[in-house]
Amino acid sequence: MNTQHAERPTTPIQAHTPILRVQGLSKRFHPSLPPVVENVGFTVEQGEVFALLGPSGCGKTTTLRLIAGFEQPDSGQIWLEGREITRLPPEERGIGFVFQDYALFPHLSVFENVAFGLRRLRGKARQARVLEVLGLVGLTVFKDRKPGELSGGQQQRVALARAIAPGPKLVLLDEPFSSLDAALRQSTRDEVRALLKQAGIGAILVTHDQEEALSFADRLAVMRSGQLEQIGTPEEVYHHPRTPFVAQFLGRTNLIPGEARGLEAETPLGRLLLSEEAQGAVLLSLRPEGLGLAMPLGHLGIDGKQLEGTVLAREFKGHDMTYRVQLGNRELIVQESPESPFRPGDKVRVLVRARAVVVGRGR
Amino acid sequence: MVYSLPKPIPKPLLAVALLVGAAVLLPLLYLVLRAAQAEPHQLVEIVLRERNLQLLGNTVALLVGVIALTTALALPLAWVTSRTDLWGKRFWTVLLVLPLAVPGYVGVFGFFGATGAGGWLEHLLGFPWPRPTGYLGALGVLTLFTYPYLFLNLRAALLGLDASLEESARSLGYRGLEVFWRVVLPQLRPALFAGWLLIGLHVLGDFGVVSLVRFETFSYAIYLQYSASFDRIYAAWLSLMLILLTGSLLWLEARLLKNLSLSRVGLGSARKSQPVRLGVWRLPSLGLMALPIVGALVVPLTSIVYWLAQYPSSPHSRSFEAVLEALRNSVQAAAPAAFLAAFLALPLAYLGVRYPSRLSRLLERAAYIGYATPPLAFALALIFFSLRGVPFLYQTLALLILAYALHFLAEAIGPIRSALYQAPPRLEEAARSLGYNPLQAFLRATFPLLRRGLLASMALVFLSAVKELPLTFLLAPVGYSTLSTRIWGYTSEAMFAEAAPYALLIVLFSAGLVGLLLSQERQ
Repeated sequence: MNTQHAERPTTPIQAHTPILRVQGLSKRFHPSLPPVVENVGFTVEQGEVFALLGPSGCGKTTTLRLIAGFEQPDSGQIWLEGREITRLPPEERGIGFVFQDYALFPHLSVFENVAFGLRRLRGKARQARVLEVLGLVGLTVFKDRKPGELSGGQQQRVALARAIAPGPKLVLLDEPFSSLDAALRQSTRDEVRALLKQAGIGAILVTHDQEEALSFADRLAVMRSGQLEQIGTPEEVYHHPRTPFVAQFLGRTNLIPGEARGLEAETPLGRLLLSEEAQGAVLLSLRPEGLGLAMPLGHLGIDGKQLEGTVLAREFKGHDMTYRVQLGNRELIVQESPESPFRPGDKVRVLVRARAVVVGRGR
Repeated sequence: MVYSLPKPIPKPLLAVALLVGAAVLLPLLYLVLRAAQAEPHQLVEIVLRERNLQLLGNTVALLVGVIALTTALALPLAWVTSRTDLWGKRFWTVLLVLPLAVPGYVGVFGFFGATGAGGWLEHLLGFPWPRPTGYLGALGVLTLFTYPYLFLNLRAALLGLDASLEESARSLGYRGLEVFWRVVLPQLRPALFAGWLLIGLHVLGDFGVVSLVRFETFSYAIYLQYSASFDRIYAAWLSLMLILLTGSLLWLEARLLKNLSLSRVGLGSARKSQPVRLGVWRLPSLGLMALPIVGALVVPLTSIVYWLAQYPSSPHSRSFEAVLEALRNSVQAAAPAAFLAAFLALPLAYLGVRYPSRLSRLLERAAYIGYATPPLAFALALIFFSLRGVPFLYQTLALLILAYALHFLAEAIGPIRSALYQAPPRLEEAARSLGYNPLQAFLRATFPLLRRGLLASMALVFLSAVKELPLTFLLAPVGYSTLSTRIWGYTSEAMFAEAAPYALLIVLFSAGLVGLLLSQERQ
């Protein structure tokens, strides 16, 4: 498999130093085990929301803990605002951290939890800052409660308030929404994003939820087995995955082998247009929404080239309809409009509406 | 590439822990030195004595019996008093913990004062009740007065359990008893092991009970060697054998605790569970609770009152002052020891929980070895060392305090360790990310959560030190009488009436402390 670590060149030239730069970061927990994090590098710009996306056990949380200073890397460097912090203890880094289980101090009230990190402020100034941050997350009325008396969503907001109260330039979020129910998750996510943007705080979100990463982040990195497979904006990574893994991890896709010649490739689905030039054996990705279904042309068929298949299953999702279609010895996922009429067993014609993306080259 | 080992132990922490471990292990060195003084022909004769095998059989039989009986008693009692709709759970809990305030020798005093010719049972029933002696006597008395160690550990663990775990098991289709076996009991393992270990060590080290009921175990044999023939070399060998037995127990616990990490992984704070309805089990539950309450409280208290009524109305009023002086002496030695023990136990427990490794386990075990070393041998070893190394400490209160603290360190570790298991390491990391150095992070984030555990540790050590007899005998400055030495002195001379006021004081005093312990648990 060809993995490409290279960051896609971004056109706008950043005039200022990035808030965070990570380079060649590697970590092994035991000499006999494979590295948990291997040669990871990326940057986060001022005020940018960055996501580390990957399946569980891919090393994304360890990467976050390395940046926070809870773990020491075996090699690699970390810079915060141009200052190297690789060997600094966590308390000297000034990076906020929101834990998956929030890690609120159970013996302190909401107010005291948020005030905990405000070591340099005293008296009125300290109180004012706590109330200001609690106001931002909308929890001022709960300031005297203990964490145990709050709901999950409220605890989550206290954790965020505690992390941003000291005014960090960067906040690390370790799956902070994973324990909230779906309705709350969406709204909390929006609130947190708005809050970070408003305060101009850079953030790194670790998540295994591709939808969360796509909607929350300005840019994201897809991680697998300790390595970064691709970095880019959500649109770039979704529409132009560089590897089969990225294509499959960011939503459903159809992986189709082919023989490329320039901007075209011969495949079991016929000749497909490619999004970029390639030569020789390739693996292509076609998103379900890049395919469509139509009534078979039957005896009216112009030639034998039409792609006739059989509907295996349909899945109504409200805003669209997803079909599984048997085509030869291949199964395809096709997304259609919600009023699409086909039923399992129906003969259908598969239409290709989009350019295929090359996700693998060579055998 | 340089590989980093998992979590290197901070050096200051390691230094403190090593120092504590070394201090506890000093007596072992003495025992080995003493034992090594044996001539080769003497050695064979000492080690291969048939009596040793008999002592081993007796000791193991007593150990297994007491652990089995205390578990059968403490587990249902802990559950009933923490998880059910029983009326007055707090009241029953206090009563069930109170036997902790009754030293084994006071317990025997209670039973002896009740049974036999002249006992109050004869007074009541008209015929003398048989005296509890031999194996069954030792088994019964030790069970009645050691089960609270296990009861307290299990109850604290049951109260600390996250109810959502049980609820999730129920939602997976498990019924009440199945949930208990498959979800609750596995989580009680640290508490069970800690309790068993305390009781096991107590049984192995006890000589007060076994000597009075005449059941020959290693400890009793060592005591006889010291008190009668004063054969230090054979006593040292017997001690080494006993330590070997204790070592096996510690090894077993270490194996069982291996890879057992029970930090709560859930969100926010743990919820309390809904009490279970006892229904038809209410009466059997009350019956079970009555058993230890009658055996370990009613019997000794009745004996105390009965014999107190026959206290010789002394013509000289010095007797009241003598009682007060003994009380003051007991507190003066036990209170500083309790603080010192908790202070020393903290780094050991922290190391064991947060930096689990071969070394940290070894250090934690060192504390248990100090606890398991027979008190008499421990005391003699300290005398030896103070004479050779720090003569200015010999015959001082400071040496006695140090002896208490080092000997009871193991009791102090248990509750602190249990509390540490419940304080997630994430809290300290959160504090670090908010600008606190490791020590500040510990003090601000973890330490407040350990308060309950620390208080439990101090109370346990205080009680134990007040009750402690052989250490006090050998290490107290000349003329320094405590409550325990007075009771022992009178009881050994069968002067039950003279012993009664001291026994009453020890029991009342310790009862107040147990109450304090429980009121802290409520917070």
